[in-house]
Amino acid sequence: MLARPGGEFGGGPEPNLMDWTAFSLSLKLALATCVLIMPLAIFSARALAWGNFQGKSLVEAAILLPLVLPPTVLGYYLLMGFAPGSFTGGLLTRLFGGPLVFSFAGILIASLIVNLPFAVLPLQRAFEAIPGNVREAAWVSGLSNWETFRKIELPLAWPGIVSALALTFAHTLGEFGVVLMIGGNIPGETQTLSIAIYDRVQAFRNGEAGIMAAALLGFSFLAIAVVHLMARRRAGRHV
Amino acid sequence: MSSPMFSPDTEKHGVLDVALSQSGPVPLDAAFACGGNELLALVGPSGSGKTTVLRAIAGLMLPATGHIRVNGETWFDAGTGTFVPPQKRAAGLVFQDYALFPHLSALGNVAIAAKGLGREAALAVARTLLARVHLDGLEARRPAQLSGGQRQRVALARALARSPRVLLLDEPFSAVDQMTREKLKRELAALRSTLSIPVLLVTHDIGEALALADRVSVLYRGRTLETGTPDDVRLRPSSPLVARLMGETNLFDALVEAPSTVDRPGRIRWRDRILNVAATGSRRHGDRIAWLIPADHVVLQTRGRPAAGDGENPVTGKISALASLGDRFAVTLDIEGAARETLNFRIATHTLRRNDLAPGTEVTVSLLAEGIHLMDAEVV
Repeated sequence: MLARPGGEFGGGPEPNLMDWTAFSLSLKLALATCVLIMPLAIFSARALAWGNFQGKSLVEAAILLPLVLPPTVLGYYLLMGFAPGSFTGGLLTRLFGGPLVFSFAGILIASLIVNLPFAVLPLQRAFEAIPGNVREAAWVSGLSNWETFRKIELPLAWPGIVSALALTFAHTLGEFGVVLMIGGNIPGETQTLSIAIYDRVQAFRNGEAGIMAAALLGFSFLAIAVVHLMARRRAGRHV
Repeated sequence: MSSPMFSPDTEKHGVLDVALSQSGPVPLDAAFACGGNELLALVGPSGSGKTTVLRAIAGLMLPATGHIRVNGETWFDAGTGTFVPPQKRAAGLVFQDYALFPHLSALGNVAIAAKGLGREAALAVARTLLARVHLDGLEARRPAQLSGGQRQRVALARALARSPRVLLLDEPFSAVDQMTREKLKRELAALRSTLSIPVLLVTHDIGEALALADRVSVLYRGRTLETGTPDDVRLRPSSPLVARLMGETNLFDALVEAPSTVDRPGRIRWRDRILNVAATGSRRHGDRIAWLIPADHVVLQTRGRPAAGDGENPVTGKISALASLGDRFAVTLDIEGAARETLNFRIATHTLRRNDLAPGTEVTVSLLAEGIHLMDAEVV
């Protein structure tokens, strides 16, 4: 009975091998993160690759911070920031029509912040690899900035975009600490697959945890393989 | 929208008028004009600001002061705060490393610059242009699959695709081998006779500039020193610095001995010699001058074969070096009596053989009076 929704039977006696609710929640979170992070990451990566503005190193450091910070530390600050009683939390609560803590919107925002370095770094390298005079050649050929971005920069940065997507996707699937801090462990709302695994292990249901872990492993591998295959095929298809 | 082809009747003959100056980051004090059918070579050593001038004309760089006008249209004017962005300038620029779009085919590279037409029309224009630069059949190749010479041609076709008002070439022959270079130069000479727009060629290769250009503008540390025909700047440079930049080595100091008059040539005193010169200009007796004798006005006096001009300004010396240039030899002559003064000239290989010339041989050369060019001495 693999297809049966698992959340409501979480603690029940019935064997519940695969938690499909957690699985679909993880997937939803990963996809939403990928979609929302791309415009932000592309904008930041271009600015960091070509821009020459004051405080560039500081911005760079801030974006990279989630790489080195323990997820619990980041989670703690986000939790404090999201708390409805705090100033930012009050604003956010009004903006989103409800508190962000222990909600899907909350873990999505946390996920965006945590994934920024994974999305920005490959993109930044990709944009940096585009020779400056290729963009100038586009301008001199009469292409507007937007056309240059669409017809020259994006195709040339494509491998970086694919890497950014693959890393963000896989990393979101596996994210644990921050999600737990912000979202807790609410089935159907914030209980992602990695948290569900932790949940089962805590309950000595190692068999279920093992199956879900294997599923996560397989799915992550598959996602990255498919994306890289796409990158290869796309790279060979330019007119 | 005018046709992207360049028939003289549709394109008004344009004139490029450039005056730029700034103190940094690249110091500039450049001014020149280029006629509608003219190829002007911008020459100067590396770092003289040639490429910066070209980038300013293309709109890729904003100079501090000055103006850039094409066909009476102002692209840049610091006085009125005019700066037309590169997209709106209709300047065809061939980058030194060509800067082709690596993900597009040769056809795509050219078609993308044929703006304002439909997709089909742009492709047709691109095909015509590629055929024009002898690349028909290679339309589908990507830059990585093309040779250096072929890439240069794609870059040239792309620059022409937007019906440019001015064509800018940045060292277009520097990234290809010698054989390809000669071929591309002939092609450029043929192509540009069909264009009716100013063509600006940036090069550090004096020979290239002299061979291709109608006029040459000499740039040094961002400053325009002189603009003139190849013969003007090579044979009659305005200063010893220009002469040196043009690769001339036969430069010496002297004093005016006797100014020339309407019916009598002048004379200059060079060390212990008196040389006849065609003209001394407005200089007076005793004026310090620099003088130049281009290598092609140095004539070897061959044994037993007197030639016209043998009697003129004979100078004797010992050959200190012979360097083969293929069919000719470059000869360096240590001049008798004058410490460290050397003359450079060239002779045909058969002349070398017939006269048994070798390092150490003593020979006499004539410095043709009409070739001796006087300049004001450099203020040290």
